[in-house]
Amino acid sequence: MTFPSRVPEPYGQNGSANLADILERVLDKGVVIAGDIRVNLLDIELLTIKLRLVVASVDKAKEMGIDWWETDPSLSSHARRDELSRENAELRARLAEPADGGHRREPEPAIERRAREEPS
Amino acid sequence: MTGLRYVYAVCRPFDAALQRQLTGVGGAPPRLLRHHDLVAVVSEVPERDFAERPFRAHLEDLDWLTETAHAHQNVIDALTAVTTPLPLRLGTVFHDDSGVRVMLEAREEGFRRTLDRLAGRVEWGVKVYAAPEAEQQPREPAKATSGRDYLRQRRRSHQADEELWERAERFARRLHETLSERAEDTRLHAPQNSALSGVPGRNVLNAAYLVSRAHSEEFVELVDRTKSEEPGLRVELTGPWAAYSFSGEEPNGEEVNGDEMNGDGVGT
Repeated sequence: MTFPSRVPEPYGQNGSANLADILERVLDKGVVIAGDIRVNLLDIELLTIKLRLVVASVDKAKEMGIDWWETDPSLSSHARRDELSRENAELRARLAEPADGGHRREPEPAIERRAREEPS
Repeated sequence: MTGLRYVYAVCRPFDAALQRQLTGVGGAPPRLLRHHDLVAVVSEVPERDFAERPFRAHLEDLDWLTETAHAHQNVIDALTAVTTPLPLRLGTVFHDDSGVRVMLEAREEGFRRTLDRLAGRVEWGVKVYAAPEAEQQPREPAKATSGRDYLRQRRRSHQADEELWERAERFARRLHETLSERAEDTRLHAPQNSALSGVPGRNVLNAAYLVSRAHSEEFVELVDRTKSEEPGLRVELTGPWAAYSFSGEEPNGEEVNGDEMNGDGVGT
């Protein structure tokens, strides 16, 4: 087999190809073969689902706060360090809540409330 | 020390030498393991990282995964420069050479068919991004003249965004149609989230095109010409990649095993 010399130079392989481009291909495309180390298939499938949630769903990610994947301890080792302090903060917040917790504290929109008060 | 065998790709035998200083996953140089008229590209990886338990743990570590993915992709890139590799998914590991040979023997027919289909072809990735005005230029501190003004501003910027998305979608569809005519095969991938890719703007098209090497220059020029066609939209080209997105058996091919999942069925 011969290769014409005029094949374009690699395009963005180190430039615009980002980590998502590479992970998308090496984790999600390519031939799947069950090797001797069988753990890989299942785990990569799971991981791919996680990454797919991140990669695929821009709107979801925005709803959830754009960097949630960075703080998922199973996706990033950096996140593990933050986990404890977050838990502490959550506990503190819960302790600070008034005793009648369980009620939603944010006020309802005024218009809605008025509409409901009107006799039909 | 016992090592395991990490397999990157399967190819036809080729004469050209790989880069001398090329290293694979874990730093070991890849070598070729020939079986009949197929070659597996393998390197030795340590059990302490790739035996079942450590490997499972590593896979949950995005930093380790990133490094491994880059090393895997480096080898595939080096192969793509000299032949048409059939890339395997990251983390295909065997105990020893004979395990790799058994696998090659068992799947010989399918590999040959796929390699013939892909021979002399590469994959190009094309993405289109739309960047709404709000993201292009930092929003000015809102002058709270009145509530009504504020709502009007909000509505106006919302409408502008809506128009941009519609325009982006039309442009992406047209571009995909044009590029499809110049490609032998295409795949539409799920759009990427900018949080992971680190790329600004919303990804509205994420497509892969299978193009022969002979037509690649033309294809690249065609994409280049579209780059400044539409204000507010950005076209991005990556490649040439090994034909990752086209490496599965044809949908109507008879060789679809239970463990042979092409990601295309899931998310597109």
